[in-house]
Amino acid sequence: MEMEIPGGTNESRLMNRTLYEFNGGVHPDEHKQVSTARPIALAPLPKQLVIPLSQHIGQAAKAIVSVGDQVLKGQRIGQAEGYVSVSVHAPTSGTVTAIAAHAVAHPSGLSDLCVSIVPDGADQWVEHASLDYRNMEPSHLRNLLRDMGIAGLGGAVFPSFIKLNPGAAQKVPTLILNGGECEPWISCDDMLMRERAVEILQGAAVMRFMLNSDDVLVGIEDNKPEAIAALRVAAAECGFPVEVIAVPTVYPGGGAKQLIKVLTGKEVPSGGRSTDIGVATFNVGTAYALHRAVNHGEPLISRIVTVTGNVHRPQNFEVLIGMPVAELVRLAGSVKDDTSGYVMGGPMMGITLAGDDVPVVKATNCILAQSPGLFPPAPPAMPCIRCTRCAQACPADLQPQELYWFARAKNFGKTQEYNLFDCIECGCCSYVCPSHIPLVQYYRYAKSEIWAKEKDKKAADQARERHEFRQLRIEREKRERAAKLAQRASAKPAEVASGSPEDAAAAAKKATIQAAIERAKAKKDSVTPKNVTDLPPEKLQEIAEIEARRAKIREIAQQPVDE
Amino acid sequence: MQTSPYIAEQTSVSIIMLKVLAALVPAIAAYVWLFGPAILVTLTLASATALVLEAAAVKLRGLPIKPFLMDGSALVTAWLLALSLPPIAPWWLIVLGTFFAIVVAKHLYGGLGNNLFNPAMVGYAVLIISFPVQMTQWSAPLLLAGAHLDLLQAAQYIFTGSLPNGIGLDAISSATPLDTLRTQLQLEHTVREITQLPIFGSIGGSGSEIVVLLFLLGGIYLWLARIITWHIPVAFMAGLWITGGLFHITDPDRYISPWFHLATGGVMLGAFFIATDPVTGATTPKGKLIFGAGIGVLTYLIRTVGGYPDGVAFAVLLMNIAVPLIDTYTQPAVYGHKKKGASE
Repeated sequence: MEMEIPGGTNESRLMNRTLYEFNGGVHPDEHKQVSTARPIALAPLPKQLVIPLSQHIGQAAKAIVSVGDQVLKGQRIGQAEGYVSVSVHAPTSGTVTAIAAHAVAHPSGLSDLCVSIVPDGADQWVEHASLDYRNMEPSHLRNLLRDMGIAGLGGAVFPSFIKLNPGAAQKVPTLILNGGECEPWISCDDMLMRERAVEILQGAAVMRFMLNSDDVLVGIEDNKPEAIAALRVAAAECGFPVEVIAVPTVYPGGGAKQLIKVLTGKEVPSGGRSTDIGVATFNVGTAYALHRAVNHGEPLISRIVTVTGNVHRPQNFEVLIGMPVAELVRLAGSVKDDTSGYVMGGPMMGITLAGDDVPVVKATNCILAQSPGLFPPAPPAMPCIRCTRCAQACPADLQPQELYWFARAKNFGKTQEYNLFDCIECGCCSYVCPSHIPLVQYYRYAKSEIWAKEKDKKAADQARERHEFRQLRIEREKRERAAKLAQRASAKPAEVASGSPEDAAAAAKKATIQAAIERAKAKKDSVTPKNVTDLPPEKLQEIAEIEARRAKIREIAQQPVDE
Repeated sequence: MQTSPYIAEQTSVSIIMLKVLAALVPAIAAYVWLFGPAILVTLTLASATALVLEAAAVKLRGLPIKPFLMDGSALVTAWLLALSLPPIAPWWLIVLGTFFAIVVAKHLYGGLGNNLFNPAMVGYAVLIISFPVQMTQWSAPLLLAGAHLDLLQAAQYIFTGSLPNGIGLDAISSATPLDTLRTQLQLEHTVREITQLPIFGSIGGSGSEIVVLLFLLGGIYLWLARIITWHIPVAFMAGLWITGGLFHITDPDRYISPWFHLATGGVMLGAFFIATDPVTGATTPKGKLIFGAGIGVLTYLIRTVGGYPDGVAFAVLLMNIAVPLIDTYTQPAVYGHKKKGASE
């Protein structure tokens, strides 16, 4: 433990930073230099922009424009809905031509609701102004950032205004800017740091103010010496203490949890947030976006994207959100002939795109053109030999071989016991597996099955509650009706004097009987569903067959796709 | 559709198994140099048998033959078994042992990755229980032997049991140092007297200690190549050495130095090549330490108070049984589950 020296200056603390290590990790070939030879280029306006309403973690934004509307650059077109959500904006001026489902970057390959805009070429800004953030009610400032669409640009796209809340302690002591960028091929953060280090730290100044932080650390992997140098120069002149730290290059060293461990020696508690241990982490791109938002009043409408892989001129571009991938790769000298597809993100955690009409979103750090030569398909999987290379490579200290075993056996309870949900899906286990088992896929499968079960259970609980309430209501209504009927029957003799008393007595009796019948019927309706116990054998057989079919479908869905 | 990760390390089960085989080669070369070429016959016969049985078993199970033969696991099993057997053991002993290793211990339990017990050690255990006489006739070190067999003569002896004219079995065979120690101790000799016998070398057995040293070096190569971790070999040797040391201190005349135990029998082969079998061993770091130490202690106890001259095979099999339990109770702390400040 380091002693806190009373009155010690920040500088003295800067001198003796011990770096820690996280367990595991891998060293894939970097391939970053191919896209760092050229400076960041501004991508021109595309013919059409497609802006998904759900680009962040949480609830999708609600469209607040209609087809045919003229919009200005930076105008809000989607309003944040619910707490975990941010707004989306028109990246340029033009006409809204559609609000419809469109292919988006999602592992499922499914479409999602998007606003299409045809630019008018004027690129005319909506009225906007810088924010006087120091003299603002903090919650008001956070709401403004929510409305400006600021979300984490490191890949998780978590709404930043939530992380910029210092909480009950009114303070998050350590602010970390993540410039790790550990995924191979990607260099957008590297180039941003080289070219816009001052602006990144201006964004950090806002974060530091909002979080009331003492320390500002910038963690950069030591394979980016230019970025480290640029930030050190900027740090010397930014007016507040910033420590720029070169961390060892090891994938996934740029993962937030791993970087926090390396810089502070602390671990984010399982299921908790980094603020629980007094740390807030933001991607350097997010800091830059925050600077643009606060000091220029610009919402998040563009980002830096690396276009690399099987393209002729790999390069980084400043791209408007909503630009189709097809037009973007054309800027990089278009793709080579043997291109087989596109990955959004890096080769370790990226997702395959459904097509090249998919638009760039806030999460798009890289478009990686694939070819069978660059990314050969994995050989057929062999049995697991429990060599535990995966366990040695796992940065979350899990036992992937056990999780694999349980996931395969659909023993999902056990997977949870072995902390399945602490898996960050970094892919290290699959990367080192000598049996070429697609381990991460098994964990994704297990997680989704568990989520589906939870959802089913919640739905069943809700349905049961609704059913019970309905039964109660029906019973009450019948009771009331019967009572009314009985009342009317007994009142009848008084009203109709000519009626015989026998009739009246019969009617009252009838009403009572009717009420009893209805009570019995209601009771019968409310008993538990009949189809679960004491079934005839043929019924059981049928159920077994249905279950087998469902299992078969699940099995097919689970099979690795490499064959 | 392909999913991430899209890249992978250039590695495979075959590469791992080939490296294991390569690590055994120097020791085998020394074996040939010091004990004659008979071991080559044993190795070849065991390998051929293992490949044929593996192919048959894989075919019967309806699996593609080529990838499973190419994985090299059957060859590793064959070599480990062959190196545990007396080099001049009869052919049927080798074939029978290989059958139990490949068919019974491996494929009847579900094949590669699913067997509970170390296949080579199951083969060895079946043989030593069933054929103790044949299993204790070892080649004499060439330095001490009255006669040498060349490759053809060795093959002839192994397949037909007939020796060239004028050479008796006594001239080419001898008891192992561990065997000798056991019988001599029963004759009330002291350790000091026994170790004067020519079969004993400077630490272990004459000649065999060189082979053992090369197993150690091969094992260190496997560690450097990251095929194995240090846990099991170190714990195995430490368990054996400490237990042996305690006995030795109490009565050095009766209990030989723990260094002798490390340098004889199947300890080095067992520590680096057999106990480290990933399929049948413990998987967690702490579990590997317990697993290895358990084998070390049991090996010593079986050698010293048990009924067999060497105890590595039984110790490994006994600890194999305990693996699921060990693994369950030695799960390492997962990121974010450790106590606050534990790493500081």
